[in-house]
Amino acid sequence: MKWVREKGGAIFLLLFILCSWELLVKVNEVPGWLLPAPIAVFSEAIKVIPSFSTDIFSTIQLALLGLTIGSLVGFIIAVLLHMMPFVQKMVYPLLILSQNIPIIVLAPLLIIWFGFGLMPKLIIIGLVCFFPIVVAALDGFKNTASELKYYMEMAGASKSQLFWKLELPHSLPSLFSGLKISATYSVMGAVISEWLGAKQGIGVFMTLSQSSFRTDRVFVAIFTIMLLSILIFGLLRMVERIVIKGKMER
Amino acid sequence: MLLKMNHIEKSFAKTRVLNDISMHVEEGEFVALLGPSGSGKSTLFNLIGGMTSPDEGTILLNDNIIHGQKGLIGYMPQQPSLFPWRTVIENVVLVQELSGKPNYEEAKEWLKKVGLQDFQNAYPMELSGGMKQRVAFIRALLSKQNLLCLDEPFSALDEFTRIEMQKWLLSVWEDNRKSILFVTHSIEEALFLADRIYILTKRPATIKEEIIVPFARPREESLLNANEFFQLKQKLFNLLRDEIKVGE
Ligand SMILES: Nc1ncnc2c1ncn2[C@@H]1O[C@H](COP(=O)(O)OP(=O)(O)O)[C@@H](O)[C@H]1O
Ligand SMILES: [Mg+2]
Repeated sequence: MKWVREKGGAIFLLLFILCSWELLVKVNEVPGWLLPAPIAVFSEAIKVIPSFSTDIFSTIQLALLGLTIGSLVGFIIAVLLHMMPFVQKMVYPLLILSQNIPIIVLAPLLIIWFGFGLMPKLIIIGLVCFFPIVVAALDGFKNTASELKYYMEMAGASKSQLFWKLELPHSLPSLFSGLKISATYSVMGAVISEWLGAKQGIGVFMTLSQSSFRTDRVFVAIFTIMLLSILIFGLLRMVERIVIKGKMER
Repeated sequence: MLLKMNHIEKSFAKTRVLNDISMHVEEGEFVALLGPSGSGKSTLFNLIGGMTSPDEGTILLNDNIIHGQKGLIGYMPQQPSLFPWRTVIENVVLVQELSGKPNYEEAKEWLKKVGLQDFQNAYPMELSGGMKQRVAFIRALLSKQNLLCLDEPFSALDEFTRIEMQKWLLSVWEDNRKSILFVTHSIEEALFLADRIYILTKRPATIKEEIIVPFARPREESLLNANEFFQLKQKLFNLLRDEIKVGE
């Protein structure tokens, strides 16, 4: 099978790492609160799943909501900046600069301003999600094939026709790669936002497990986060395959 | 008179590209613009297409000055410039979409006429070079403008495909008769296709000579081997040689 040939190596490596981990823990008799073995983590996962699943769904909801808001805002900002090159020149460096602020240091401020509700959480996730979209969209708009743009102008296309019929569809592949990055960030953003105070969610589960030295559960949470990120990523890839028609030439 | 250009001048920075160009295209006429590459042929199309305005002189379409007005001509560039995410038929109606409602029935009919009906839902990447140019030509044709401007449309094709495409273009044009302004740097192509040829000098381009092509229509491939074709080709070659010799 093609799938096995392509992904077989990575899966083999993953299995190898897990086996070595299991062996190292067993041979050296590492205590479970320090580093649990993969099999122990796995059996703990099965044990906690019934109660943990509400946390998972809560985090998924939060992540998807934040991702949607963040990418929509990012997309709109990118379109506005694209339409106003002068403003783009002023704003773009500031945008890049803003990315040097670790989100986590903003968290206390957001709590002071917005309390512990949904709002500060969505702002945090939105902040991490929106930047990759802005960059990817602007990049996509800018790199529109010049001969196609020339053709559209010759044909008398208006600015909005140029955007909707050429620049936007042309930037879709770029937009999707930005969206995929944002999607992976969104799960992380959601967990971080839950650390700041929430009733449920993977972040809450993690904080509780950590304070009671349930390292195996911390690992359950970590693996769940990884799995969720991959899942959203894969979902977007499927959407991408449906949306993007007729490959680019060259 | 459909298109009339009077004493056009155009410079970029300090380089003068077009120098006192006067020419015209009649209704239903096939005019070729023959000149060495870099002489300013595409610049001339930019002016007609409204992408830039002339420094001096006037361009009239149907007796109206059209400086800086886009979308008044049908245009076919050197690269087919089809949109890769649009199917063939969606590409064909693109220009119609810009000014109103696309007519898919008409587009289908045209694709059938040129033997591309099986490809109407294919994407451009599935087509050969010649097929892409046919689609690009139909797209220009369906823009419903009376003047079609073709900028070296076949120069990127291989020799055999090129001759096939020239014959194809003639057959479509001979029962459609829209005015065509055809840019080329191939003497044979100009002679085989056009009613009239303007020969441009090298930069800064002026019109060196206007040639009326006497061959009757419909034209067949055998014309390419006829004696009078060869003689005219020789004449044009001598005219152009001086322009290419100094070589830029
Ligand atoms: N936008 C521009 N700015 C500066 N120079 C230009 C521009 N467009 C064309 N030129 C110059 O004008 C000359 C003619 O170009 P072009 O019209 O493309 O020639 P052709 O189509 O006959 O090969 C070239 O020497 C080119 O360098
Ligand atoms: Mg050119």
